[in-house]
Amino acid sequence: MKKTAQRIYLALIFVFLYAPIVTLMVLSFNGSKFRTKWDGFSTKWYVQLFRNEQIMSALYNTLAIGLLSALFATVLGTAACIGIHAMKKKSRMVWMGITNIPMLNAEIVTGISLMLLFIAFGVNFGFMTILLGHITFNIPYVILSVMPKLRQTDKATYEAAMDLGASPVKAFFKVVFPDILPGVLSGFLLSFTMSLDDFVITHFVKGAGVDTLSTKIYAEVRKGIKPEMYALSTIMFVSVLLLLLIINRPSRKKPQKSAV
Amino acid sequence: MSHKLIDLQGITKTFDKEIVLDDLNLYIRENEFLTLLGPSGCGKTTTLRILGGFETPDKGRVLFNGTDITNLPPNKRQLNTVFQKYALFTHMSIAENIAFGLKIKKKSKDYIMDKIKYALKLVNLQGFENRYPDSLSGGQQQRVAIARAIVNEPKVLLLDEPLGALDLKLRQDMQYELIRLKNELGITFIYVTHDQEEALTMSDTIVVMNQGYIQQIGTPEDIYNEPQNAFVADFIGDSNIIDSLMIEDRLVEILGTRFACVDEGFGNHKPVDVVIRPEDICLVKPEEGTIQGVVSNVIFKGVHYEMEVEACGYTWLVHSTGMYPVGTNVGISVDPFNIQIMNKPESEDEEAVVTDA
Amino acid sequence: MRKKLIAGPYMLWAIAFILIPLAMVFYYGLTDKNGSFTLSNIASISSPEALKSLVLALGLSLLSTVICLILAYPLAMILNNLKVNQNSFIVLIFILPMWMNFLLRTMAWQTLLEKTGVINQLLGLLHLPPLNIINTPTAIVLGMVYNFLPFMVLPIYNVLVKIDPNVVHAARDLGANGFTTFVKIIFPLSLPGVISGITMVFVPSLTTFVISDLLGGGKILLIGNVIEQEFKQVNNWHVGSGLSIVLMIFIIISMFITNKYDRDGEGAVL
Repeated sequence: MKKTAQRIYLALIFVFLYAPIVTLMVLSFNGSKFRTKWDGFSTKWYVQLFRNEQIMSALYNTLAIGLLSALFATVLGTAACIGIHAMKKKSRMVWMGITNIPMLNAEIVTGISLMLLFIAFGVNFGFMTILLGHITFNIPYVILSVMPKLRQTDKATYEAAMDLGASPVKAFFKVVFPDILPGVLSGFLLSFTMSLDDFVITHFVKGAGVDTLSTKIYAEVRKGIKPEMYALSTIMFVSVLLLLLIINRPSRKKPQKSAV
Repeated sequence: MSHKLIDLQGITKTFDKEIVLDDLNLYIRENEFLTLLGPSGCGKTTTLRILGGFETPDKGRVLFNGTDITNLPPNKRQLNTVFQKYALFTHMSIAENIAFGLKIKKKSKDYIMDKIKYALKLVNLQGFENRYPDSLSGGQQQRVAIARAIVNEPKVLLLDEPLGALDLKLRQDMQYELIRLKNELGITFIYVTHDQEEALTMSDTIVVMNQGYIQQIGTPEDIYNEPQNAFVADFIGDSNIIDSLMIEDRLVEILGTRFACVDEGFGNHKPVDVVIRPEDICLVKPEEGTIQGVVSNVIFKGVHYEMEVEACGYTWLVHSTGMYPVGTNVGISVDPFNIQIMNKPESEDEEAVVTDA
Repeated sequence: MRKKLIAGPYMLWAIAFILIPLAMVFYYGLTDKNGSFTLSNIASISSPEALKSLVLALGLSLLSTVICLILAYPLAMILNNLKVNQNSFIVLIFILPMWMNFLLRTMAWQTLLEKTGVINQLLGLLHLPPLNIINTPTAIVLGMVYNFLPFMVLPIYNVLVKIDPNVVHAARDLGANGFTTFVKIIFPLSLPGVISGITMVFVPSLTTFVISDLLGGGKILLIGNVIEQEFKQVNNWHVGSGLSIVLMIFIIISMFITNKYDRDGEGAVL
C-alpha cells in the first residue's frame, strides 16, 4: 500500500520532469511546421539544423569555449587547491571565501560585473571575453571538486614517498596526484557542462555576431520557436545523457559503502 | 536463574539468497548476561536485530515472556538497544537524548529530570546535561548511549559491540562498568562481540556462533576448558588442535604416540580432533616426556614465555613460566585430564575454521 | 613554503576577475555620471516600476521555493529508501533534467503552455476548456519550479543518505513511532540539506530574467529583467549597478537567515 503510493509519486514527478522534454523530442520529428497537426515522421528539421550556419558556428563556439575554459579552469583550480591547502587556516578561509563568491552570487551580478570590467579596460567583446568569463565561473567548481579529495589524502603517504627518496615534485605526481585525480576529472567535466549550459554570464560578456548555443537559442526563441530548436533540444538531451552515463560509470563500479 | 524470558524458535534469515541464520534455537533466562560471540558474518548481529525488531525472520518465532513478538515493531518492544557506534542524536543535547524515550511515553517533567540525573550518575557523567554528543569522547558517548537506553527501564538491554570503537584501556574499564551496571539494574543483558576476552570476562553464558549456526552454548569456563569442536577451540584462546585417532575409551593416538585421556564414548578407531591448551603442556627432561622435541622459538610475553616446540612433525605451542632456550631438547608431557577430545565436524557447513582468532 | 606559490596564478585571476569586477559594480552603483558619490542609484529601487518588480520577484521566488520543497522532500525520502543496487540509476534519472540546457527546458514549457500549445490542443481534443496561463505569473512559477526542482532534491537526498540508519533505529527502539521519528529525528537531521536546497532554488529564482522573459511574454518584469534592461537596452550602468547592489543585499539577507539554521554547514552539494 505504502509502496504503491511511493511508486505513484515517483511516476508523477517523472512525468512532470520528462513530459516537456519528450514533447520536444516528438515534435522534432514532426513533418509539419505547425504544432497543431502531426504530418508524418520526418528528419527534415535535423537537416535544416545542420544547414543553418549560424547555429553551427554557435555550436562550434560552445564546444570550443567549453573545452578551453574547462581545461584552463582545471589547471588553475587544481594548482590553486594545492597552494590553498598548504596555507594557514586564516588565509585558507579568506581564499575559499573569495572562491565561493561566484557560486553564491546571482549569475546576473557576476555577468554585469565582468561586463563593466571589460568595458573599463577597453576589451573588445567577443570569443575571448566569453572564454575569460567562463574560466572565471568554472574555477570554483574545480576547486570544490578537488579540495575534498586533497583533504582526504593521507599526508603520511606523501612524506613516505619523500622518505623513500622521491623529490617533492615527483612525490606529488606519484603519490598525491593519483589520489586527487577523480576530483580533478569530475571538476573538468563539471566545468565543461556548466560552460555548455551557461546563458546569463555569456549574455553580458558576448559581443555582437559571436554566439554560443544558449545565446543563439535565446535570440531565436524570442523571435518565435522554430522546429529546428526541437531538433537541437533532442540532440543536446541525448548528448548530455550519454555524457552523464560515462561520468557515472566508474563510480558505480566501486562498492557504495565499505562495511566496517 | 529463573524462567525463559526470551525464546528464539527455529529462526531462519536470508539476505540476497545468502543464509545468515539457519534454524537457530536459543533461550535467554531472566537476569542473565548472555554473550553472542563469533567472527564477523557469523549471524550474531542479525540475531540481535531480530530481537530488537529491526529485522523479521523468514521462518521461526520470537517469544517474550511466552508472547509471540516476532512481528511487533521496535517501538512496542520492552527492550532497548545500545548501538554500535552509539547512534546518538547529534542535534540534541545529552539531556534531550536521554529524555527521548521518556518524553514519548509522556512521563512528567519532574520524573524525566530525576531520571536524567540518575542515569548520568549511574554512568559517571554528572553535569553533562547540556553538552552535545559531538563534544564528547568515544567512551563518554558510549556512556550516554547506555544511559539513554536504561532510563526506559527495559527488561532486556541489547548491546551491539558497544566497546568496539574504544581503545584497549578504556574497553577494559568499561567491561567492569558494564558488569557493575548489570548488577545494579538487575536486568537481562544480551551482548554481541567478536572479542573472546570480553565475552569470557563479562558473561554468565556464552553462545559461540559461526556461519549462522550455534557452535556451543555454555559458561565461560565450559567454553574455554571443554570446547566442543575445533572452531570453538581455535576461536577461544590459543590452542593446539591436532588430527588424532581415538583408539578406545580413555586412549587416544596423537601423532603416532598413545596418550591416556579421560574421555569416553567416541567409539573405537575413530578420527577425532584433540585440543590441548598451551598452558596445559608441561615441558620436562627428554627422558621423562611422553614425546620428545626441540624448542624452535621463544617469546617473552610478560606473564609467561611463549615457546614453539617441534615434535613428531607438529609445532606445539607452549606457555610456561620457565624458559628453555632455542635448540634445547625437551620432553612433552600432558595430564590426561587436559586432553580434550572433540568429534570431527559432520558437514561442511558446520566446519568453519577461522585463521585468526 | 613554496607550495603556496602554486596558488599564485589563481589568486591573481580571482583578484582580476572576481574582486575587481565586484568592486566596479559598487563603484558604478554608488556614483553618478560625473563620478561623484551618490545614493540615488540605490534609491531608484523605490521607483514604482523597480519596486513592483522586486516585490513580484520576491513573492514568486518564495512561492517557487515552497513548492519545490514540498515536492522534493518526499521524493528525496523515497529515493533514499530505494535498495542500494538500484538507487544510483534512479537518482540519476531525477537529477538528469538539471543538466539539460536551461533555455531549452524553459522553451519546452512555452511550447506546452502557449494558447495553441500542446496542452491546449490535448484539452481541445477532450472538449475541455483551454488553459490560459502563458504570460501570467503562474507560468513563471511553473517554469521556476521545473527548472530548479533538482536543485532542491539533490542536497536533501545527499543529507538523508548520510543519516546513520542506526540513529533512526535508535529512535524506534526508544519507543517513537514512524511519525515521531520523522518529526524529531529525520527532519532536524536533514535541515542542512533543506537549507542548502532553499538557497539553491531561491537565489536563482529571485534573480532570473530568462524565465520571466520567455514565459511571461516580456510583459511581466521581475527585478532581474529591470537590471538586464538597464544594462542591455537603456545603457544606464549606474542605475543597473545600484539595483544590483540591492539584489545582493537580498541575497545576503537570505543567506544570513538560512545560515542561522545550518549549524554545521553540512549541506554542501558538491
